[in-house]
Amino acid sequence: MSLLELRGVTRRFGGLAAVSNITAHVDTGELVGLIGPNGAGKTTLFNLLTGVYAPSEGAVVFDGRDTRGMRPCRIAALGIARTFQNIRLFRELTALQNVKVAVNLRARASLFSAVIDTMGQRADDARLEALARECLTAMGLEHVGDNRSCDLPYGLQRRLEISRALATRPKLLLLDEPAAGMNPFEKQDLMQLIRTVQTTFNVTVLLIEHDMKVVMGICKRIYVLDYGQLIAEGTPAEIRANPKVIAAYLGEETI
Amino acid sequence: MRWLALRTLTVLGCLAALAVVSKLLSANLDTYVFLVVIQCGVAMTLAASLNLINGITGQFSIGHAGFYAAGAYVGAAWTVLWQPIVVRHVPLLQLGAPVGDTLTLLIAIVVGAAAAAVAGVVVGLPSLRLRGDYLAIVTLGFGEVIRVVILNIDAVGGARGLTGIPTLVGSGDLAFFWVFGLVLAVVALSRNLMRTTRGLTWLAVREDEIAADAMGVDTTRVKVSAFVVGSAFAGVAGVMYAHYFTSISPDVFGMDMSIIITTMVVLGGTGSVSGSLLAAIVLTALPEFLRFMQDYRMVIFSTMLVVVMLTRPQGMFGHGEISFAKLKQLFGRRAAGGAKP
Ligand SMILES: Nc1ncnc2c1ncn2[C@@H]1O[C@H](COP(=O)(O)OP(=O)(O)O)[C@@H](O)[C@H]1O
Ligand SMILES: [Mg+2]
Repeated sequence: MSLLELRGVTRRFGGLAAVSNITAHVDTGELVGLIGPNGAGKTTLFNLLTGVYAPSEGAVVFDGRDTRGMRPCRIAALGIARTFQNIRLFRELTALQNVKVAVNLRARASLFSAVIDTMGQRADDARLEALARECLTAMGLEHVGDNRSCDLPYGLQRRLEISRALATRPKLLLLDEPAAGMNPFEKQDLMQLIRTVQTTFNVTVLLIEHDMKVVMGICKRIYVLDYGQLIAEGTPAEIRANPKVIAAYLGEETI
Repeated sequence: MRWLALRTLTVLGCLAALAVVSKLLSANLDTYVFLVVIQCGVAMTLAASLNLINGITGQFSIGHAGFYAAGAYVGAAWTVLWQPIVVRHVPLLQLGAPVGDTLTLLIAIVVGAAAAAVAGVVVGLPSLRLRGDYLAIVTLGFGEVIRVVILNIDAVGGARGLTGIPTLVGSGDLAFFWVFGLVLAVVALSRNLMRTTRGLTWLAVREDEIAADAMGVDTTRVKVSAFVVGSAFAGVAGVMYAHYFTSISPDVFGMDMSIIITTMVVLGGTGSVSGSLLAAIVLTALPEFLRFMQDYRMVIFSTMLVVVMLTRPQGMFGHGEISFAKLKQLFGRRAAGGAKP
């Protein structure tokens, strides 16, 4: 059974169908790519998966559960974590604190016990801090844990977003253009890192990336969106040879 | 268990120290100065409690006087109106002065806190849909609604106010003990929130609600909790005020009070607990100590506010806290800088 299933998902904004009748699936352990020109509806699709928007039609089934009507925090608890295309860190908090916020999903002590500072909560806090540091280390951020997140260089902020998402212990990790604005070398590094954490954290990944070359390098299966519609699905070789994809990307960049 | 013993000892130690200081201060301080100190304590609680909502959780609520009023009036109503009835019917509760008075005050604290907390939920609910300036207007409006409702309840004196409240806080020289015990409580709570992993979720809501939600933070729950806890403390501040000054009237809790409390939080640096406390002291004590300047004092006071906000728009401390480490760093750097040729 698929970890994630989209059944005819549509989302309209006024007259515009940003996402239109999409049926797709992601299986456990996969690293699936989602590509498409700007404005194709990729980010909107992530917003539908994480409960930021509700589908106008269709259903999203995650881990056997229909997520319709669930709030984003509830869906995060079910095991979908994401990063944001426009970085959304907790700017005034340190890198470690950013990750700690996400690690709360695995907290045992109650907020009340935190407020009165009980022994049980201290032990729990120590455990959570270790988990948070583990996520920082996984993304190579162990040395900047005490820096304010808004002071970090751009590339590290993108990594911190991934680190924070991992801290929720997701089953499915949604990465929205994690390599945007990086040079080709940085991109390669990041993709390598994503592949590593995928195995160490045992997580399924759905990756949006504008740069086709990058996606082709690490994804075995790719979906292509254009004007809200799914125009192709297949292996990198199939996608590269697909005339619809070539047409969609024509004039954009070489494949 | 060792921890529990230690914690109990710490709390008891703090209370004992507070009680001793309280006795000493009330015996040695000038009555007027002591009164200003108590006012400062009440203001510190108000500022620190609004900081929980406004600074830590980032919900721009500016009608704090409403919660202050709810606590003051319900607490005082218990002591003046309901407590005598209860005692008449339950002979067991006809206790002597110290024990009976303390019990009455404790119950006043509980009902005052509960009343303000309920008001907090009612105001907190719109915060789930409103942001920024819209929320500010709603909270300010709601604060006024509470005041106007009180104004129209004859049982608590209406516009004349409620007088003849027993000096449960003031008697026995323990006023400082009660008021600053409350300050300690709200400061300890704020500190624990900002230090613990659970508490960081409140800061996350302030920083980015959408991201917090996506990371599994129940933002609804956080916001309502912040309103409940923040208002409950404001309510207890009201109970203290009522049982120290022995009379309350609706005009004490007007819009200008709301604005002064908001100013304390903003001036101190939104989110900074120590900043809020210091600003509360300055804004309470300064007008008193400028009294000798008569009519000019409010001009000077307002000018100072403008100057501070112009030179430090992020407030005196920004999001930071006063700490010995920082002071050391600051003076260390000065000393090192001075040594250079
Ligand atoms: N909240 C919204 N309201 C109106 N239109 C939106 C909204 N979100 C996205 N859109 C529109 O949906 C389309 C797809 O956008 P998006 O999902 O961000 O594309 P991509 O991430 O593939 O670049 C765009 O035309 C965009 O303007
Ligand atoms: Mg996008």
